[in-house]
Amino acid sequence: MSIKVRYFASLKEDLGRSEDILETASLLTVRQIWQCANPQQTLPNPILVAVNKDYADLESLVNDGDEVAFFPPVTGG
Amino acid sequence: MNDNQLLRYSRQIMLPKIEVDGQQKLLAAKVLIVGAGGLGSPASIYLAAAGIGNITIYDDDVVDLSNLQRQIAHHTPDIGMDKAISSQQTLNKLNPDVNVNAVKQRLAGEQLDVEVEKADVVVDCSDNFATRFAINTACVRHKTPLVSGAAIRFEGQVSVFTPGRDNSPCYNCLYQSDGEELVNCATNGVVAPITGIVGSIQALEAMKLILGIGETLVGKLLLIDGLSMEINSMNLKKNPTCPSCGGMGVT
Repeated sequence: MSIKVRYFASLKEDLGRSEDILETASLLTVRQIWQCANPQQTLPNPILVAVNKDYADLESLVNDGDEVAFFPPVTGG
Repeated sequence: MNDNQLLRYSRQIMLPKIEVDGQQKLLAAKVLIVGAGGLGSPASIYLAAAGIGNITIYDDDVVDLSNLQRQIAHHTPDIGMDKAISSQQTLNKLNPDVNVNAVKQRLAGEQLDVEVEKADVVVDCSDNFATRFAINTACVRHKTPLVSGAAIRFEGQVSVFTPGRDNSPCYNCLYQSDGEELVNCATNGVVAPITGIVGSIQALEAMKLILGIGETLVGKLLLIDGLSMEINSMNLKKNPTCPSCGGMGVT
């Protein structure tokens, strides 16, 4: 299965890249997708995730061809 | 409306979506703005200029030199003044039609409930999760529309929640309160115009809610990256098990 993983805003800056293409053998959750793509980086908490532009939680399953997008949360004002 | 008002708002009144009726709705509207900082400044200035008749602003802070880079309702001579009062002075000078109620207080508890119930629209310009969750809870309880904005670094986010209407999600469907407290502008920095962009979008969304025109950001989170100038949105859904709005019936 091929999954496109995208990182936005300061997350992109922190990771030093804007996307990964993951080839996975089995069905994974959003959380597992992050771990596969970023084995050295703890998943930030909180974080915003969209799968195919729909809000998703960390346990949502990701299917072949899906796009998973990670956004840093923002609370400042 | 008198002749001066017809002239003052003429460029808005000429819009077929607004006209005299719409301007009268704006003049009769009550908007609660929580926070008179980076977002509250542009949001309140645009809402006052546009002729929102009744604006209530809560902020417990005083104007500091480090605020002036982005908090455009406050000026250099206002350093040391209460932000609520400084904002009130700026808005009164801009548009004497507007009845500005400014309160130096962190809006919480029963007072928050009372103010949210009175408001037609709440504009959340606060700077922390605890206040945002409290505002959301009160808006869900009173089914008051909420325009939520946030900004930090080069980034901004905006959404609109109309609890009890259109199967709207709420702020708690988007963010859960079990996360750690986030960094703020004082520790992370924020570039001046991103607060202006987000606060201005909040003002526009508030006006659309009052006027009942267009499509608001209900069910959508707008994500702005000022550095790449990439604007994305994600679709939000009401979480049926949301601790704030999960039990609320759909109408």
